[in-house]
Amino acid sequence: MTPRFNMRSLILNTGATLLLPLLILFSLFLLLRGHDEPGGGFIGGLVAAAAIALKLFAEDYRAARTILRVHPLQLVGVGLVLAAGASLPAILVGENFFTAQWWTLDLPIFGSLKLSTPLIFDIGVYLGVIGTVLTVVFTLAEAEHS
Amino acid sequence: MDLTLLVALPVILPLLFGAVSLVMLNNHNVQRWLGAIGTASILIAACALLWQCREQGILVLEVGSWPAPFGIVLVADLLAAIMVLLAAITGFATALYSLKTVRKRFERFGYYPLLHLLLAGVNGAFLTGDIFNLYVWFEVLLVASFALLIQGGERAQMEGAIKYVTLNLLSSALFLTAIGLLYGLVGSLNMADIAQRLTQVEDQGMVTVVAMLFLIAFSIKAAAFPLFFWLPASYHTPQVAVSAIFAGLLTKVGVYALYRVFTLIFNAEVEFTHNILLWMAVLTMLTGVLGAAAQFEVRRILSFHIISQIGYMMLGLALYTPLALIGGVFYIMHHIIVKANLFLVAGLIYRLRGSFELKRLGGLYKDHPGLAVLFLIPALSLAGVPPLSGFFAKFILIKAGVEVHAWWAVGIALLVGLLTLYSMIKIWNEAFWKAVPEPAPAIPAPGRNGLLYWITGSLAAMTIAIGIFAEPIYQLAQQAAAQLLNPQLYINAVLGADSL
Repeated sequence: MTPRFNMRSLILNTGATLLLPLLILFSLFLLLRGHDEPGGGFIGGLVAAAAIALKLFAEDYRAARTILRVHPLQLVGVGLVLAAGASLPAILVGENFFTAQWWTLDLPIFGSLKLSTPLIFDIGVYLGVIGTVLTVVFTLAEAEHS
Repeated sequence: MDLTLLVALPVILPLLFGAVSLVMLNNHNVQRWLGAIGTASILIAACALLWQCREQGILVLEVGSWPAPFGIVLVADLLAAIMVLLAAITGFATALYSLKTVRKRFERFGYYPLLHLLLAGVNGAFLTGDIFNLYVWFEVLLVASFALLIQGGERAQMEGAIKYVTLNLLSSALFLTAIGLLYGLVGSLNMADIAQRLTQVEDQGMVTVVAMLFLIAFSIKAAAFPLFFWLPASYHTPQVAVSAIFAGLLTKVGVYALYRVFTLIFNAEVEFTHNILLWMAVLTMLTGVLGAAAQFEVRRILSFHIISQIGYMMLGLALYTPLALIGGVFYIMHHIIVKANLFLVAGLIYRLRGSFELKRLGGLYKDHPGLAVLFLIPALSLAGVPPLSGFFAKFILIKAGVEVHAWWAVGIALLVGLLTLYSMIKIWNEAFWKAVPEPAPAIPAPGRNGLLYWITGSLAAMTIAIGIFAEPIYQLAQQAAAQLLNPQLYINAVLGADSL
């Protein structure tokens, strides 16, 4: 990496280390909150992608790739599989394609937990958005890298 | 199995296969298998869908159980089912052809996921019963096609892509504007519901304005006169497999959209709207074929012929008689298979000789007589030589023109047929018949092309079959046209018989 693009600063670096888990948690919060209140997979995905982009700015391309572990396009793939797969459970119970299915889980301490196919769809969107944004960001970073 | 699920399968299958092959981005073998199996499964689903459509009439799926007109519906009438089947055939042929021809580099950049996405977009556009959803599917297929078009990143590709992207985005903007105005007029996005409510709109002048906006938007996408030049600028630049699926399917989505909205929604002022369509059809035919006459590169010639053929399909819609619509539907069926096949044959020529330029080709008949036959069948069919599929397609259209005394249109359709024959003979003479030019261009090392011959051979066999079994195909087109001419069938299927 040439010095020209080295933006390392102690403040940003330390800040990013502290912020990263918080941002990821916040993105998950947005994702789960999204069904009845403002939020959802799309905005949650943007926040998570921003967190990883922050890592990229604070450290370098390789560090950001390492915490993602997989190619961002594969993340898009997993997201699409989940989103498309969310249409299928309705068929198994004999309802129209893509009809929302709801299941309630009774947990001992937390009370009842509502799970649904829209949630699976939203998680798919979440992963898809992270993957798409990071594909763009990483491609640009890669171009600068070489 | 629930019948209505069948309507969703042609959309959801490519999406699922595309998503899985995106996950398997690094494993080329799995991607190839998914490409072949995925498109094969769509083909099976499409056959089943067409079969059920003939048996049961129009199939409607209310996605997510949200009732029409509030939710999005997927509707398969015969025209949509036929289009889905044609898309599936082209998709399957292209996927198999890609196994041999697509370079590793492009596979790594997601060639197969994009191919699946393209098919999902095309099928979605054919099946949706919601006008805004139609716009979304158009965008899906355009995004996939943009990416496929520029894979390789050569200068010519970029030049073509800029024209392609700009004009298609312009068309999308017009399309969206038209949807907005239409929604303002009737307050609904469900096409059946719109069709019903439009009759009660007082300001019929505004309806015609909206109809014209749709006409411009879709005719850009169909590459009709006058905004067609993005097509010959771009279609000869990507890899052959991509050219073939573009040539076979993409403009036909525009034609399908024209057929859909100008039979279902805008059918009140036929005198005005369809007269404009008629002129556009005639000029499209003429400019396309004249453009082809000036070209000396195989794929460019074929690209211009797509335009002139689009004119014939629009002619069927413009004349708007039962026979003309039958002719139009028949023409689409014939054209998609023939056109995709011609591009695939052009790809074989390239593999054997390393060039698309007529000047540098020659002697193919002597060296590869089998390929010569494979070229002649779709080429003569395109020109309308009996007993191939193109003859019947043109015959029905011209007969329909004669019946309504549209002499100008008939005369030009005949002339264009003749000029098409001239173009095809030009390719034949230059590439196949004349001796190898001096100095002999370097011939690429012979590869194994058995599979490619089988694919083009099967498509050629289909062309012959459409010609020989013209009667059952004609009946199918007749049933599809009858549904188009009686939009109440579509409306009742979507909204229930007791609507209004």
